[in-house]
Amino acid sequence: MTTLLEARGVSKAFGRLIAVDTLDYTIDNNSINSIIGPNGAGKTTFFNVVTGYYKPTTGKVLFNQHNISGSRPNQLTRIGIARTFQTIRLFNNLTSLENILIGMHHRLKASVFGDIFKPPPVRREEARAHEEAFQLLEYVGLKGYEEHTAKFLPYGHQRRLEIARALATQPKLLLLDEPTAGMNPNETQDMILFIRKLRDERDLSILLIEHDMKVVMTISDKVTVLDYGKKIAEGRPSEVQKDERVIEAYLGRRALEMLKK
Amino acid sequence: MRDILAQPRPVLLGRLRWVLVVIIVIIAPFVMKELEHLTNFGLITQVNRALIFVALAQGLNIVVGLAGLLDLGYAAFFAIGAYTFGLLTWPTHDIEMSFFLAIWVCALVAALFGIIIGAPTLRLRGDYLAIVTLAFGEIIPSLVRNLGDFTFTYHGKEYIKDYNLTNGSQGLTPLGRPDFSFFERLFGLDHGALNVGVKPTFWYFAIVITSMIVLFAATRLNNSRLGRAWKAIREDETAADFMGVDPIRTKLAAFAIGASFSGLAGAVYASMLGAIFPELFRFQVSIFLLIIVVLSGRGSIWGVLIGGLIIATFDGVFLAQILPDIFNGKILPEYDVQSLRWVFFGSGLIIIMIFRPQGLFPPKSTERKAAPPPPAESTQGVQS
Repeated sequence: MTTLLEARGVSKAFGRLIAVDTLDYTIDNNSINSIIGPNGAGKTTFFNVVTGYYKPTTGKVLFNQHNISGSRPNQLTRIGIARTFQTIRLFNNLTSLENILIGMHHRLKASVFGDIFKPPPVRREEARAHEEAFQLLEYVGLKGYEEHTAKFLPYGHQRRLEIARALATQPKLLLLDEPTAGMNPNETQDMILFIRKLRDERDLSILLIEHDMKVVMTISDKVTVLDYGKKIAEGRPSEVQKDERVIEAYLGRRALEMLKK
Repeated sequence: MRDILAQPRPVLLGRLRWVLVVIIVIIAPFVMKELEHLTNFGLITQVNRALIFVALAQGLNIVVGLAGLLDLGYAAFFAIGAYTFGLLTWPTHDIEMSFFLAIWVCALVAALFGIIIGAPTLRLRGDYLAIVTLAFGEIIPSLVRNLGDFTFTYHGKEYIKDYNLTNGSQGLTPLGRPDFSFFERLFGLDHGALNVGVKPTFWYFAIVITSMIVLFAATRLNNSRLGRAWKAIREDETAADFMGVDPIRTKLAAFAIGASFSGLAGAVYASMLGAIFPELFRFQVSIFLLIIVVLSGRGSIWGVLIGGLIIATFDGVFLAQILPDIFNGKILPEYDVQSLRWVFFGSGLIIIMIFRPQGLFPPKSTERKAAPPPPAESTQGVQS
């Protein structure tokens, strides 16, 4: 397996608060990776560093062996990094179809004049994009909702639309920030199957922030535990579950001692 | 596959409707001409003015309605268009460019200014941008006022002395008008037979064509790669950035294209008036255009067309002509009813914001879709 993303000694400080502390992290091609940790452990901050929203204070991030630290989010989307958000951030007043088409923005080539005069190449490009958007909506189970305004979709559908929009950018690395937040067990089970399907059918790796341990332990190829911005454990789900430092971080020292007895 | 796009539409009725619109647009000035002797004001002139405001509002609608950037100084681009036309055709400057070339140059220059102003300011969001554009809207007219007597000194050496670029607050007049002498020669007509001068009917058609160009560009852009990017920026700039839309470039494009619309409209307006002066482009013009866009429905191109026509005609005909006639005749002979103009628009804005914040004719997507469609399984058979 080859490495898709590599973070070398990445730190991000906000004033005196160090949210992410000299973190080394790698993501292999075609893998599902989870980051877990208590609230405030620096998971979302790390996401924001990887996607270009924050510039790392120290260290660097390599994507396909290219240094990407300091690049803007839209530049990273172009080379294959896409994400969803912890709280859904769709383009609310636009239709599902338009949401998807915006995800394709950087792959379309029409210029301003092409947009106004619509010569045949632009028409063909638009038709292809619409076709692809329809297929993508069907792929995530939103067939028939193409013309629905995003803000009026049910919650679960909004989550799926957000993933579809990220997929429309054709990512090599897809970052999902708590994809099962607010879902019932059935919906969560569907999401687990869906994330697996993504890895198997589409040539991409997934980086996941998740609080639901059932999800993390079921689908991850690798689990990383953060606490106060530092990596305290990493490995296969079964290894991490037994790690003493993880139990301590989550449940406290007393719990660890009780478990040992 | 695309069942939504393939929905049966009343094509014939749709076509007929367009034919009807074209007929009305062509007949309108002649009807208005007949009506004109009933009133003591130029009806066509008022409609022309309204149509200019529609073209301007379309440009502002791109900036405010589609891209969601609050621009309080939009009249500045109107001024730039009009003054570029003035500088290119004012006889004193000896350029005297043809009308048909000059209007496009004006659109281009306005777009260029859109980029120049936008580049440093579009990093700002929301209120901050509004304040900067407000200042810009004040700077341009004041610059125009002061460039009538322009001296440039650098290290004690005078490079330009007392140069009159804009003729200060007296304004530029006369300005170039469309020249049809080529057709006069072609058809063997007398010299000056096709001289348009201030004929309102000619300007009606000239402005209708201008508005149609603007409307065409706006509708096409609304439904395009760039238009979608604008709407994405309006909805959530950060999310748009993460989806591969470059916010700065996209916002610059909105500023430039919005400005080019008003550059074009400003040039035609200047030519129609035959005279321009800084007072035409005051802050109130920016606000009036903003009111048109907000009252009509931000982001709705047809809404702004219809709303703009109604509001600008209401302003020019009812508030400026009919109301003073009624009041000054009997009821309040001394009172200047025109001073109530902003009271009308202000209260209109308040009422709309309370009862219909999306505007009178909002774009479709802000209305709720009725019933959810059938689940995906049931349509599976139609597929493949």
